[in-house]
Amino acid sequence: MKRLTQGVVAVLALGLVACTSLPGGEDSLYQRLGGEAGIEGIVYELLVEIANDERIVERFRELNIARFQQGLETYLCSVTGGPCQYTGDSMRIVHSGHNFTDSEFNALVENLITAMNRRDVDTGTQNRLLAILARDYKDVVYL
Amino acid sequence: MSVSRPRVLPLLSAWLLATLLASPALAAESRSRILATSAATTLEGSAGGGIVPMAVLPGYGAREEQGGSAFVSYVHLPDYDLAVAGVNWSWRNRVAISLAEQRLSHQPLSERLDVEPTSIRQTVAEAKVRLAGDLIYTDWPQVSVGVQYKKNHDFFVPQAAGAQDDSGYDLYLSATRLILAGLFERNLLLNANIRYTKANQVGLVGFGGDLNDSHEWVGELSAGLFLNQHWLIGAEYRQKPDNLSFIPESDWYTAFVAWFPSKRWSLVGAYVDLGEVATFDNQRGAYVSLQGSF
Repeated sequence: MKRLTQGVVAVLALGLVACTSLPGGEDSLYQRLGGEAGIEGIVYELLVEIANDERIVERFRELNIARFQQGLETYLCSVTGGPCQYTGDSMRIVHSGHNFTDSEFNALVENLITAMNRRDVDTGTQNRLLAILARDYKDVVYL
Repeated sequence: MSVSRPRVLPLLSAWLLATLLASPALAAESRSRILATSAATTLEGSAGGGIVPMAVLPGYGAREEQGGSAFVSYVHLPDYDLAVAGVNWSWRNRVAISLAEQRLSHQPLSERLDVEPTSIRQTVAEAKVRLAGDLIYTDWPQVSVGVQYKKNHDFFVPQAAGAQDDSGYDLYLSATRLILAGLFERNLLLNANIRYTKANQVGLVGFGGDLNDSHEWVGELSAGLFLNQHWLIGAEYRQKPDNLSFIPESDWYTAFVAWFPSKRWSLVGAYVDLGEVATFDNQRGAYVSLQGSF
């Protein structure tokens, strides 16, 4: 039982450290992603991945791809501390009525990771961006 | 005298793993959950670590998909060896079923007790249901409940040690969360379970005993850190009942490294400390587990 208590304390301590080291740090995530050019590159690779992914490609056929591309670039710039203001509709409004699924959300995240790997984005930077975007899950799926 | 039964499950696991190895294109790669979120498979066949299950369901199927895995595991200790094989399957990331067959070799114990049987086999069947949450995408942890039915096929030695039953069930509630960029910008995996059990050494030494013959709540913890998308390091703790006066039972610990080269494969290596196991103390050794997902 004493060892269990030690275990609980260890896990709680980990959780505490985790909370204090959440994003919002020194150098902006925008810069670490390579600024405007870096984000453009990631979004381009993402579009290539989507185009080759039969799980979700149909969802993008009805879209104006150029508009989507530009909107996503601006959105990524704005949520990573870059010099952009995303003025489009909120994530919830953009996605509502489409009934995007959990599977589709996961597939898109997977494509984004592949895109970042293609652009040699380091693990820590990837994780920080994913941590921000993961919060949008509730504003994307089953709406 | 234990009668030799046909060992269907190990053969099935081996066949599935061989099929996975041979097939050029594979379903697992088109399933949608992110790499490594299938988790590994525990000694009891559940999605999780090596000894502690997690709230995640096996395979890579998201909520519109299905998936599963087959696995083989081996634990080498100073006085015991444990071989496990099994399969599991999940549907819509909601329900999962699994089946595992364990074979404990205990030659030194047989010599010490001067008995003939040198191994104990057990089958574990599990059903797990995800109650709420998502491992990654919700603000609260993924929470699942699991029930395991265990049948010990070689009850001679467990009975001699004072075990009351050759079968039993465990019930557990599991909460698991992956915190993205949670620690040093690495993804942090935290997991805690409570288990309702009367199994001795997970059931390999039967169920219940002279000290205690009723279910009790025990705790289990695991934590890990993803160094990158493919490598996870971590540790586990599993509290155990202590039902038999003849053979005190220790809590279990592991420290592990898990490698997920692709959605098709994972390999786990661990250092395990199982403490005192049926009169033999200091049972520290090595654990290895290979998993193929489909």
